[in-house]
Amino acid sequence: MKVERRIISVIVQNEHSVLARITGLFAARGYNIEALTVAPIPESDMSRLTIETRGNVRVIEQIIKQLHKLIPTYKVIEHEEMIEKEMVMMKFPINESLSSIQALCQAYNGGIANVSSQHIITMVADEPKRVKHFIEAAQRFHPVEIVRGGVVAMERE
Amino acid sequence: MEMTGAQMVIEAMKLEGVDTVFGYPGGAIMNVYDEMYKQKDFKHILTRHEQAAVHAAEGYARSTGKVGVAFVTSGPGFTNAVTGLATAYMDSIPLVVISGQVPITLIGTDAFQEIDATGISRSCTKHNYLVRSASELPLILKEAFYIASSGRPGPVHVDIPKDVTAELAKFDYPTRVDIPTYRPTTKGNVRQIKKAAEAICKAKRPVFYLGGGIIHSGSADLVREFVKATQIPAVETLMARGTLRHDDPLLLGMVGMHGTYQANMAMSEADLMIALGPRFDDRVTGKLSEFAKHAKIIHVDIDPSSIGKLVDVDYPIVGDLKEVLEVMIPKVKEQVDPDRYQPWREILKRYNEIHPLGYEDSDKVIKPQWVIERVGELLGEDAVISTDVGQHQMWTAQFYPFTFPRQFITSGGLGTMGFGFPAAMGVKRARPEKISVNFTGDGSILMNIQELVTAVESRLPVINIILNNHYLGMVRQWQTFFYEKRYAETDLSFQPDFVRLAEACGGIGYRVETKDEFDEALKDAVEKGVVAMIDVVVDRNENVLPMVPSGGTLYNMMLEFKD
Ligand SMILES: Cc1ncc(C[n+]2csc(CCOP(=O)(O)OP(=O)(O)O)c2C)c(N)n1
Ligand SMILES: [Mg+2]
Repeated sequence: MKVERRIISVIVQNEHSVLARITGLFAARGYNIEALTVAPIPESDMSRLTIETRGNVRVIEQIIKQLHKLIPTYKVIEHEEMIEKEMVMMKFPINESLSSIQALCQAYNGGIANVSSQHIITMVADEPKRVKHFIEAAQRFHPVEIVRGGVVAMERE
Repeated sequence: MEMTGAQMVIEAMKLEGVDTVFGYPGGAIMNVYDEMYKQKDFKHILTRHEQAAVHAAEGYARSTGKVGVAFVTSGPGFTNAVTGLATAYMDSIPLVVISGQVPITLIGTDAFQEIDATGISRSCTKHNYLVRSASELPLILKEAFYIASSGRPGPVHVDIPKDVTAELAKFDYPTRVDIPTYRPTTKGNVRQIKKAAEAICKAKRPVFYLGGGIIHSGSADLVREFVKATQIPAVETLMARGTLRHDDPLLLGMVGMHGTYQANMAMSEADLMIALGPRFDDRVTGKLSEFAKHAKIIHVDIDPSSIGKLVDVDYPIVGDLKEVLEVMIPKVKEQVDPDRYQPWREILKRYNEIHPLGYEDSDKVIKPQWVIERVGELLGEDAVISTDVGQHQMWTAQFYPFTFPRQFITSGGLGTMGFGFPAAMGVKRARPEKISVNFTGDGSILMNIQELVTAVESRLPVINIILNNHYLGMVRQWQTFFYEKRYAETDLSFQPDFVRLAEACGGIGYRVETKDEFDEALKDAVEKGVVAMIDVVVDRNENVLPMVPSGGTLYNMMLEFKD
C-alpha cells in the first residue's frame, strides 16, 4: 500500500494530559508525527491540533479512528484538500545582503522580523511546499538558524 | 453537602450500587480506607497482592457485566495493579480502579512512593484521571463509572492525591453524565443493516463468527435466536464461549489457533462471514492474506476502530450489537430460507466426521482433557469456570460443556498467568450460588498463590484444579514443535507440595493420580464448600491440538503430532 502524507486536525477538550494522550497514541502504535501544532480555540474550552503524518490508507484510517476514540476528542477533521500554511523563521548574519534577503522573503509572503547588530531575522508564512523552496533558496545567504512552525490547516469550505 | 474527598469516594460507591471493593491499603489511600471503615454499605475484600485485587474485580465484572472496583495505594500498590488493568483493557472489561497518590504539593518531587500513575496507565486503560481538587471528584467518579460501562467497556483509573482525599468540597453527585466528546454510536446504520440482511439471505456458505462483544452487550439470547432462525453454522472465539450452548448442532466449536477443524475450515471456505463483536485477533485469523479469502464480511462492532483494522470489511456496521440485531434479525427472518444452506452444513458435517475434536484417553495416566470433561459432567451449568493461561486454558475452552454466557472467565487478549484464582474469587463473590472452579496449571497457580489466604479468610470457596503436567506446558509444546525439544526453563519438576500449601493457608488439598480419586476429591470439595486445591497429576506430554502454527493459515492445521 502507498504511503501518503496527510494533515489531520483534531479538536479536543482542553485538559491536562490531552496532548500526552495523542502523542502517546502515535508512539504506542508506531505511527509517525512529522509536525504538530497546538493552540487553544478562542472563547472555548477546546484546543485545536494539526498533525502532519504519513502512512498507508489503512494506517491513516486507524489513526483517525483511534484519535476519535480518545475520550477528550471532540472532532477529527481530515480532508484530501486542506488549505495549509506553515511559518518559518530564519536568522542570517548581518553582513549578508539585506535587500536581497528582503526581496526573497517578499516573494514568499514574508519579510524581515528583526534586525540586530549582528543578525537579521526573517519570517515567511506560506504553503509547506513553498516554505521548503524558500529555505532552499535562502541557503545562499548562509542562515545560522532555522525554526519551522509546523503546519496549520483549514478546510476549504 | 460538604465532605472530604475520601467521603466522596465512599458515597460514590454507594450511589453506584457497588457491593464489593477489592483492594489493599497504604499511605496515600489511608483516608479513603478510614472512611470505608465507618460504613456498612459495601464490603471490602483484602487480597494479598494488588494484582489479585484487580483480577478479582475483573472476575466480578466478567461474571456479571457490572463494573468491578479496586482500591490500591500509590507507587508500588499502583504498579502491582497495572497487570490487572492491562488484562481488563485487552478484554474490554468494565473496571474502576482508584489509586492513592502523593499529595499534590509533592507531585513531581520524586516523593516517597510517588510514581506517574496516570502516565503509566494511559496506554492500558480506556480513560484515566489525575484528580486535582475535591470539587472535581464527584463528576470524575460519575464519569469513571459511565465510561467504564458504556460503549466498548474498559477499565478506568482514577488517581487521587492524598491531600485531595482530605480536602473539603461540596458533594453533588450528578445523576447523569453528558460528555460532549464521548458519545458512542449505538444505533447501527439501517441501510447498511438491510444490505447485510440481504447478503445473508443470498449467501451460499455463510458462517457466524461470534466474538466477545456478544457477551459484553448481553446479546447472546438474540444471537441464539438468529442462529436458530437462519440455521447458519457458527464459530465462537475464546471470548465468546457460552454464547451458544455446547450441544447446539449449529455450533462448530472454537475458532483459531486451537480451534476445531470444522470451525477453521468453515472460516476458510465461507462465502459470507457474519462477524458479531469479534476483533479479528491474530490468534484467530492466522495469516491475514489467507484469512477468509473467499468471503464477503459483515462486521458489527461498537468500536469503529475495530472495523477494518486488520481485514477489509464489505458491510461495516458500527453500533451496539443488541440494537443492531434487534433490527437485523426481523429483516433476515422475512426472507431467509434455511434450507438454502443445507449443502454447506453437510460439507461442514463431513469435515467434523473426518477430524472431530478429541483426545486419546488412557487407563494409565489421567489426561487433562478428561478432567475437564469430567467436571463438565459432574458440575455442568452449576459451575462458573475460570482459567489461568496455558494448555489447560485451551483444553478448558475446547472441552468444557458451556451452556450460558459469562460462564467462562479467561484472560484472552493479554493471556495473564495468575489471573485465574483471584478472578474465580471475584466470581464467587458476585455469584455465590454457583460453584466457582479455576482450571489452572502448575506454573500459573504460583503467580497468585498468596490468594489462598484471601479466599479462606473471606470465605470464597474457589475450587482450584491444577492440571499438573510438571511443565510450563504451553511453552514446552512450542519447544517440542518448533525448537527441536530444547526445553529451555520449562521443566517444573521441582514443585511445592500443593496439598500442604493449601492446608497451611486454611484450605483443603487433594493429590489425585487416578480418575476415581478425582471424582472423590471433587465431590468432597463441593460438599465441604471450602477453598480447595485439587492437584491432578496429568500426562505431561499431552499437546493441545489441532494447532495452527503462529502466522500459519487456518486451513493448514496440525491435527496430530507424532514423535
Ligand atoms: C505472566 C505471564 N508470564 C509468562 C507467560 C507465557 N506463558 C504462556 S503459557 C505459559 C505456561 C503456563 O504453564 P502452566 O500454568 O503450568 O500451564 P500449562 O500450559 O502447563 O497448562 C507461559 C509461561 C504468560 N502467559 N503470562
Ligand atoms: Mg503446567
